Amino acid sequence: MERIIEGKTIAVNEEGYLTDFNQWDQKIAEVLAAEAGVALTPKHWEVLKYLQDEQKNQVALSIRRIGKSGIVDIKEFYQLFPTAPLKTATKIAGIPKPASCI
Amino acid sequence: MKNLVILGAGTAGTMMANHLHHTLKSPEWQIHIIDEREEHHYQPGYLFLPFDIYTPEDIIKRIEDFIPKEVQLTRHRIDRIIADENRIELTGGTSIPYDVLIIATGAKIAPEETEGMKGSEWQQSVFDFYTFEGALALRNKLRDWPGGKLVVHITEMPIKCPVAPLEFSFLADSFFKHKHMRDKVDITYVTPLSGAFTKPKATEALEHLLHEKQINIESDFAIERVDNDKKEIVDYGGKKISFDILVTVPTNKGDEVIERSGMGDDLNYVPTNKATLQSLAHGNIFVLGDASNIPASKAGSVAHFEAEILTENILHYIHGEPLKAEFDGHANCFIETGNGKALLIDFNYTHEPVEGSFPFPGIGPLRLLKESRMNHMGKLAFRWIYWNMLLKGTHIPFVSATMSEKGKQF
Repeated sequence: MERIIEGKTIAVNEEGYLTDFNQWDQKIAEVLAAEAGVALTPKHWEVLKYLQDEQKNQVALSIRRIGKSGIVDIKEFYQLFPTAPLKTATKIAGIPKPASCI
Repeated sequence: MKNLVILGAGTAGTMMANHLHHTLKSPEWQIHIIDEREEHHYQPGYLFLPFDIYTPEDIIKRIEDFIPKEVQLTRHRIDRIIADENRIELTGGTSIPYDVLIIATGAKIAPEETEGMKGSEWQQSVFDFYTFEGALALRNKLRDWPGGKLVVHITEMPIKCPVAPLEFSFLADSFFKHKHMRDKVDITYVTPLSGAFTKPKATEALEHLLHEKQINIESDFAIERVDNDKKEIVDYGGKKISFDILVTVPTNKGDEVIERSGMGDDLNYVPTNKATLQSLAHGNIFVLGDASNIPASKAGSVAHFEAEILTENILHYIHGEPLKAEFDGHANCFIETGNGKALLIDFNYTHEPVEGSFPFPGIGPLRLLKESRMNHMGKLAFRWIYWNMLLKGTHIPFVSATMSEKGKQF
């Protein structure tokens, strides 16, 4: 699937996650964040950068790991991205939704 | 003489001892298996204990009855693995050297990871059913419970047998119906996942069943703490769910011996190659069952399929050949749905559970992802298969270690 954000055509899956990280930029992140009801602060950007780096290093993302990241604790992570923070944050970061372990 | 050492005489370790003793024989090889416990528990039976379907005798046997005579069984606590020196140190200082090591130390619950979980209400109104003691305490509680709010809860993934808490909910529905008190019990299923299961098609089928049985579902709930005074669970987002009985699946972790040995990830699981089952850090160490970090279900069925693959790979390793056998993440699970019925799911790393027939394409007799009595009979028969075939390493006819794509509707 495709959608247009800020005049740019980007590829997304049926849940709205970007399928090609190269198409991600800060403008797109801001639009996706606004759709999720999140106003991005410097702390948000720090978390997004952390998630993108972990993804690049092929580390499996989990709430527990983020709590140990040294950037935010789990409580703060929930304050930044309410309800389902990992799903919301990965979508804004332009990386795949973490596959929950089976 | 060379030593092959197996740590843990649970489902996975016992199967490996039985597979390997036919090939690795004296005087070239001695197989050791080390476990401090005396009893072997049929862990899937813990699910049935709280509902008085199984008795303790149905699920407990002696470890030594399942270990071949030629295999040296050492009943002792393992202090740590000293991988750089290829040896195991037992508590008290005895050292056992190995040429090849198999880690099968499993996973267990860690309720202390969640604030308040092991508090004043532990085994009063907060229970687990992943231990024998927990399942038994819950049985005693349910026998004369007058009803109220029953909350079935998963703390975080991964857990052993991810379908067990769903089965618990279905069996509870059926249990209270038979006691003519279903109207007095409110059942809520609380999960950190976004739905009932981790795979879309199975989630759809299972959520339909939850709905049909009037079981509420609360998803995306990441627990922060258990409030023992108010009898509530509270999530990081501030959501609260009150309970009269909380049946929780606490965080699961690998054994502490892995932590003491400095070989685990943050949940004490050993980083392992998901296809060959070789440890990522040490060529002569192999890991199977719940102890590894591979992205497959933590379940006896997975350990069973892994054991067939690992047996081949260990022989390749010993002969200095490349590790050929590749595990595909195959899992095959019966899901009890209550009232004498069950579902069956069959899946692997790449294929999610779908509808179809099993094990014979187009024939069955078992139906995949559909409720049936035949599947329930399969689940009950499985206990016999476990004690008499699975642990002994006997191949289960028509069921292959890697998943078959035939007879399935992808």
